Amino acid sequence: MEINAARALTGAHSCFVGIGLPSTAANLARRTVNPDLVLVYESGTIGSRPTRLPLSIGDGELADTADAVVSVPEMFNYWLQGGRIDVGFLGAAQLDRFANINTTVVDRGPDRPEGRLPGAGGAPEIAANCGEVLIVLRHTRRNLVPALDFVTTLGHGTGPGDRAALGMRGAGPTAVITDLGILRPHPDTAELELTTLHPGATVEQAREATGWDLRVAEGLTVTEAPTEAELSALRALKGAGRRAA
Amino acid sequence: MADIRSLHDAVGDLIHDGDTVALEGFTHLIPFAAAHEIIRQGITGLTLVRMTPDVVYDQLIGAGAARKLVFSWGGNPGVGSLHRFRDAVENGWPRPLELDEHSHAGMANRYVAGASRLPFAVLRGYRGSGIPGRTDTVATVTCPFTGEELAAVAALNPDVTVIHAQQADRGGNVQLWGLTGVQKEAVLAARRVLVTVEEIVDGALEPRPGSVVLPGWVIDAVAEVPGGAHPSYAAGYSVRDNDFYQEWDAVSRDRDTFARWLDDNVRKATR
Repeated sequence: MEINAARALTGAHSCFVGIGLPSTAANLARRTVNPDLVLVYESGTIGSRPTRLPLSIGDGELADTADAVVSVPEMFNYWLQGGRIDVGFLGAAQLDRFANINTTVVDRGPDRPEGRLPGAGGAPEIAANCGEVLIVLRHTRRNLVPALDFVTTLGHGTGPGDRAALGMRGAGPTAVITDLGILRPHPDTAELELTTLHPGATVEQAREATGWDLRVAEGLTVTEAPTEAELSALRALKGAGRRAA
Repeated sequence: MADIRSLHDAVGDLIHDGDTVALEGFTHLIPFAAAHEIIRQGITGLTLVRMTPDVVYDQLIGAGAARKLVFSWGGNPGVGSLHRFRDAVENGWPRPLELDEHSHAGMANRYVAGASRLPFAVLRGYRGSGIPGRTDTVATVTCPFTGEELAAVAALNPDVTVIHAQQADRGGNVQLWGLTGVQKEAVLAARRVLVTVEEIVDGALEPRPGSVVLPGWVIDAVAEVPGGAHPSYAAGYSVRDNDFYQEWDAVSRDRDTFARWLDDNVRKATR
């Protein structure tokens, strides 16, 4: 999953990176498919070149290796809202068929309080202002749900035109990378469909792990297996991260 | 002119039951020691403000100091949930916690408006999000020049802002560098300001590239507290204690384990 997420950053200039899987993928991309990728973290760092995986977006390593460190208001107002970042890379707790994201609360049924998630963080404006958005998450029915319990971050709303009607810039989510494959919005309906399977995964498995009736794209492809270089870069990155943590 | 005070006296004089208090620091320079002094003095009923209420607010919330939280992302960065925060929100333990919830961009701009002494700030934010439906501090305004509808967020003006910084001089002028987050805005938005520092230097502060300098006349008190950001860090003085953040998950998961930790490491500790 991390390797495919990293490959999705081929050709991007700059990436606004969330912590966790997106950060692993973006750092791996810099070591494999895109050495010149400019990593931007919401803690204020632009152009970080960490030698290990940061545990937090504010690890000193990110600031020490950055081209520039800016304040948080500057990051959100000038760089993000200013439309200067190509790709926003997000994780999600819940995702629906139009790539809308919930990271706020989950409904746990009657007589039980809402389950609390971390909240919005930078995501609503990352998804609204970057040229495009990539999402990485594990492929389970708990994560890919028929309806969100809460809309934290708009992806494609209820279909084509919703983003434009709201005056949102950029293409919105263009790929959802999971551990089973890659989902992309259908050009006409904006509904996510399975376009790529990872080696070893099956269509049935992906459909079983999706909370809605997952469509499969014509011309479904299979991901190229990870290369030895990619695997060793990932191992080195994770190994260094563990030692430092 | 800021007074150089002990942490105990500065917290006791500046922070009162029921205040709205912002302890800021975007991962870096988080004023943990000041938070622990708030807990030791039993100050309570606080409205706590912070963009990322991470472990420092997990401790304050679990200790029962807070009645309300104003925030945009509440987790243990890179580790997982804040268990004391979740327990308070989901189960009302040790007391119910009211929430006023935003996005990072919204919170940053609320501080900017507060520092600018404006009633609100505008941003192209919250579009398509359910967040405005849960708070009365996000609304919309129409641009008088273009007609575009924009989000308006109410200014944040804490009664007290507390930050940690690297250095102050004897006049209470403060300098911080590295990731400077939203600290400058949070300080200038506040009615009262406490800064804990790694070091009080004799003579003039040595200027650093990209640093934030806060003159003593915008600050009420400076307390010298070396290591006062631990397990967060102060660039040039310490590194982030990532092990602590990872171990916090186990400490905070269970109410009794947390209570023991709090007794041993905060309530019985002295500064």
